[in-house]
Amino acid sequence: MSASPAAAANAEPSPDAMAAISVKDMRKCFGDHEVLKGISLEAHKGDVISILGSSGSGKSTLLRCINLLETPDSGEVRVGGELIRMKQGQGGHQTPADIRQVERIRADLAMVFQSFNLWSHMTVLENLVAAPVHVQKRPRAECLEQAEALLKRVGIWERRNYYPPHMSGGQQQRAAIARALAMNPKVMLFDEPTSALDPELVGEVLRVMRSLAEEGRTMLVVTHEMGFARDVSSKVMFLHKGEVDSLGEPKEMFARPPTQQFKQFITNFNK
Amino acid sequence: MDFDFYLSTMWSVLKALPLTLEIWFFGIAFGLVIATGLTWLRASGYKSGEYFTRAYVFIFRGSPLLVQLYLIYFGLSQFDFVRHSPILWPILRDPMYCTIVAMALNTAAYESEIFRGALRAVPVGQIEAAKAFGMSAFTRFRIVTLPIALRLALPAYSTEIILMTKATALASVVTIMEMMGTAQKIQHDTFRPIEVLTCAGVIYLLLNLSIARLFAWVEYALSPHLRPAPDRSQQIKPVPEVL
Ligand SMILES: Nc1ncnc2c1ncn2[C@@H]1O[C@H](COP(=O)(O)OP(=O)(O)OP(=O)(O)O)[C@@H](O)[C@H]1O
Ligand SMILES: [Mg+2]
Repeated sequence: MSASPAAAANAEPSPDAMAAISVKDMRKCFGDHEVLKGISLEAHKGDVISILGSSGSGKSTLLRCINLLETPDSGEVRVGGELIRMKQGQGGHQTPADIRQVERIRADLAMVFQSFNLWSHMTVLENLVAAPVHVQKRPRAECLEQAEALLKRVGIWERRNYYPPHMSGGQQQRAAIARALAMNPKVMLFDEPTSALDPELVGEVLRVMRSLAEEGRTMLVVTHEMGFARDVSSKVMFLHKGEVDSLGEPKEMFARPPTQQFKQFITNFNK
Repeated sequence: MDFDFYLSTMWSVLKALPLTLEIWFFGIAFGLVIATGLTWLRASGYKSGEYFTRAYVFIFRGSPLLVQLYLIYFGLSQFDFVRHSPILWPILRDPMYCTIVAMALNTAAYESEIFRGALRAVPVGQIEAAKAFGMSAFTRFRIVTLPIALRLALPAYSTEIILMTKATALASVVTIMEMMGTAQKIQHDTFRPIEVLTCAGVIYLLLNLSIARLFAWVEYALSPHLRPAPDRSQQIKPVPEVL
């Protein structure tokens, strides 16, 4: 029964139905500080959107509002055309109408965090199978098999029985990416996946992300890696003070910055 | 040194060990149940729940267990409704039950504080990761929050259990002939307090030593991730999934 509105949303012949993920006019305040001032965003299947912006511009908040780790004050999120339904709660704030729906959609939107956030009491392999087994209810044996394959792919199969605190940052982040992949997500959300890493470890993580982009994964990547944004992503979105300052094709954006803000941002970076 | 006297005293006190263990076991078992309830009440977010648990902790942590035991055993029977209650009276007229009730109520106050602290110390990022992967609140609690919190709580919890072992000796003041009660009787009969109390002390020491070792082992088994990285990590046995 609860599936019927979702099915209706899927059947709608709107252009959004084609988008893997679409965000419309998202707003979010913390107290009287307006962090997102009406952000819209659309990613089609296979898009890799790099989200750039200086510290405090609202990049993390945007990602966290997409998977409802924060509740946006207003705006729409659709994943694969399905609208995340919200209702008015007390105090004028909206809340998710159906937490089951949110959980189901979150499972399709695997997230990779800046600080990895691997579950420290589980081995790497257990980290990879936990959500597939307990959320997606897939058979454990199948999940283990997939997990081992994913760990081989990101190059840390030898460490499958290690606990996260026993691994380098780069290995932990690759494990975290493999954990996200184990969900077979429709869209992957990356929040500064390399920012907590020592410079010499950044490369190994970027290589994995590049290979994901190449195989056509849909990804939203908050990053400070200009090289990745320019060479790997299909779109670059520059946030400034909670607004989309500019959005465009990366080569074009970097060659001819469309706004003064973005120009300043990249020159500061190249310094 | 009267070796035979030590031996016979040891033996007499040891014969009371099962009774001590019984008080200990039921005290901490019911205590754990109450503590779990209190922790849940405190974490539930209801203001009234928080006030209740705070008042509870204030009372049961703030006053001596001995006072609580006396009040429960001698004090409550003053009330007519207790004496006429078909449920309360059979419990509260029995010194054994009273001791267990007092211990459970008392330890629950400490344990609920231990659990509250442990829950708060679970890294937020790991809970968020569980959310972001679509785990329901219950799954999240079972797979991530609880296992981490239990490990964090274990050292303080084991200390509390050891305190409870020693607290069983208070049962002797309400006529229970557990180890301490037995020791006191021998002491009265023989007027040899030093020897008798030494025997009892040694037995309590050994008992607590075993309990401490047991907890140390559990802690060790549950926290391979907190030890330095071993070279042979391939051989680390993963912790059973339920924990
Ligand atoms: N939970 C919160 N409560 C209050 N304010 C918050 C909260 N989370 C974020 N903010 C504020 O919102 C603003 C945007 O934060 P956000 O983390 O989205 O920035 P960001 O673009 O990701 O920055 P960075 O590059 O430093 O990660 C900041 O000013 C921050 O202080
Ligand atoms: Mg951020």
